[in-house]
Amino acid sequence: MTDLIDHLSLGFSVAFTMQNLLYALLGCLLGTLIGVLPGLGPVTTIAMLLPATYALPPIAALIMLAGIYYGAQYGGSTTAILVNLPGEASSVVTALDGYQMAKKGRAGPALAAAGIGSFFAGSVGTLVLAAFAVPLTEVAFMFGPAEYFSLMVLGLIGAVVLASGSLLKAIAMIILGLLFGMVGTDVNSGVARFSFDIPELTDGLGFIVIAMGVFGYGEIIQNLAKPEEERALNTKKVSGLMPTKADFKAMMPAILRGTALGSALGILPGGGALLSSFAAYTIEKKTKLKPGEVPFGQGNIRGVAAPEAANNAGSQTSFIPLLTLGIPPNAVMALMVGAMTIHNIQPGPQVMTSNPELFWGLIASMWIGNLMLVILNLPLVGLWIKLLSVPYRWMFPAIVLFCAVGVYSTNNNTFDIWTTGMFGVIGYLFVKFGCEPAPLLLGLILGPMMEENLRRAMLLSRGDWGVFVSRPISASLLAVAALLLLIVLSPSIKKKREEAFVEE
Amino acid sequence: MAIKSQKDLLAGLMFTLTGAAFTLGARDYDMGTSGRMGPGYFPLVLGVILAGLGILITLQSFGNKPQPGGEIGHFAWRPLIFIIGANLIFGLLLGGLPSVGLPAMGLIVAIIGLTFVSMLASKDFCIKRAIMLSAILTVGSYLVFVKMLGLTFQVWPWFVGA
Repeated sequence: MTDLIDHLSLGFSVAFTMQNLLYALLGCLLGTLIGVLPGLGPVTTIAMLLPATYALPPIAALIMLAGIYYGAQYGGSTTAILVNLPGEASSVVTALDGYQMAKKGRAGPALAAAGIGSFFAGSVGTLVLAAFAVPLTEVAFMFGPAEYFSLMVLGLIGAVVLASGSLLKAIAMIILGLLFGMVGTDVNSGVARFSFDIPELTDGLGFIVIAMGVFGYGEIIQNLAKPEEERALNTKKVSGLMPTKADFKAMMPAILRGTALGSALGILPGGGALLSSFAAYTIEKKTKLKPGEVPFGQGNIRGVAAPEAANNAGSQTSFIPLLTLGIPPNAVMALMVGAMTIHNIQPGPQVMTSNPELFWGLIASMWIGNLMLVILNLPLVGLWIKLLSVPYRWMFPAIVLFCAVGVYSTNNNTFDIWTTGMFGVIGYLFVKFGCEPAPLLLGLILGPMMEENLRRAMLLSRGDWGVFVSRPISASLLAVAALLLLIVLSPSIKKKREEAFVEE
Repeated sequence: MAIKSQKDLLAGLMFTLTGAAFTLGARDYDMGTSGRMGPGYFPLVLGVILAGLGILITLQSFGNKPQPGGEIGHFAWRPLIFIIGANLIFGLLLGGLPSVGLPAMGLIVAIIGLTFVSMLASKDFCIKRAIMLSAILTVGSYLVFVKMLGLTFQVWPWFVGA
């Protein structure tokens, strides 16, 4: 306990410098600004804004990125509530009741419920993260290459089990991502693989290039292909922000339930925001309605508060596997790994011991970021609404520009621009063929790590594949992965799962 | 046999072909043994798995009951061409293409090029709007990217300054 307080006070002493507070604020502001734009989820937002952090010292850069992440998520909820356009999958459920509330002139309380829920959940999530970081890091030091490999298998399986749509296609997308990760120089032999004698490719395919091409351009093209629908903006009635007393009474237990659920689910590989918010909404729907309460789907405040709390708690605790084990549990965290490597930080258990200021400073600034979101976004709602009323035809050239500038400035190289164009086309094909791209990004980041650990494990075992099942931790991780697959493939669950995703 | 889902059929074929290509490519590299894996080992295994999954997905796409939402629909050629085109124009103007002797025009010209080309992606292109928007974006980007964030760009064409 005293350790925890020591650690947190170290963290806050780092985060509470004028400069770092400013970067946290700037990150939240920029993240919300981009995240509010319809059709831009956190992955695209982070990828687009990553170059803005290149010139910063590592700790400031990470603080700003964390701010961008929260801002992007909060921005997604704002669009979900106000215009029924969830910016990302995790705010899909927020739109169900949030938009109905907005239609009834209760956009203010809906936004406040999302904000308060997120802040409370974020604070709890930060504490959980701080408390679990030390013991988990100790576990991490017991991990050998075999355990790491099995953990990554579990993580990847977890990620596809939760993906909507076809399981087979999601697995194929992961493998494709792993293969894209193979492009470039093999560290063990120095052989340049799949690089077609192009010098730039010997460094591998940049994750920014793929994220921007597939997520950025792919989404813009898809949005433009749809006829411009009139966006029913509920601008006029966002005057009273404060929820009523009855609202508070209804949403507090929902926030508590959502927070608990999100904190637990976020740690799971493949978990994080998406699963948390879906699960939280389902649970709220199962609880009995009080007399006089608005039914779900028609603007129940609990239907906004619970999933918002859950997705924020989940996105907070999904930092745990990344910071302690160095393994990204989802696509957003995969981007964070990329961001850290650009700043010369190798995520993993050693960060906490070798660079405690950075580690605890980052954790403290997560809490500050959550606080800023509340202070910043509730008063600024009017500004976001203005931004939302800008027609898409004015907006998309700017988005294309941000993507192009972001890609170029990563390496100051036009070659990256050509490859991004190619991945834009591929990204549009993915959309057309109904392949969800998030698992691809996860595979891309994990590919080299997986190969490295597989090779080391097999070298240590002298080529005996049994090492993965004879070591207890590795065996149990693989068993959980197999169990997950079995559960999803079992006919009754399969049907339920399909129903759950249709419900969106 | 009828096709149940065009999306799955095409996705399956895409995965099969890509998997096969990676498998073939991986055979150029040393396989090694399972105890000492060479650079070809892991990609080869992955390539084979991907091709296998692709074949499975392809086979599953056949069936007599058409799946709702399984049809591929129209290709949005216009946005596809102009958005990707805007990206390429930006690269060409910003950095030039030394291999064909195309000089670099710098950031300002590149932004104007990108704005015009990308706006063609929308059906209601309007020259006045394009001029206005490129002015806003040029000034805004110069201030934010160059002045504020200090990213290194060649701002002006090669014949100015230098």
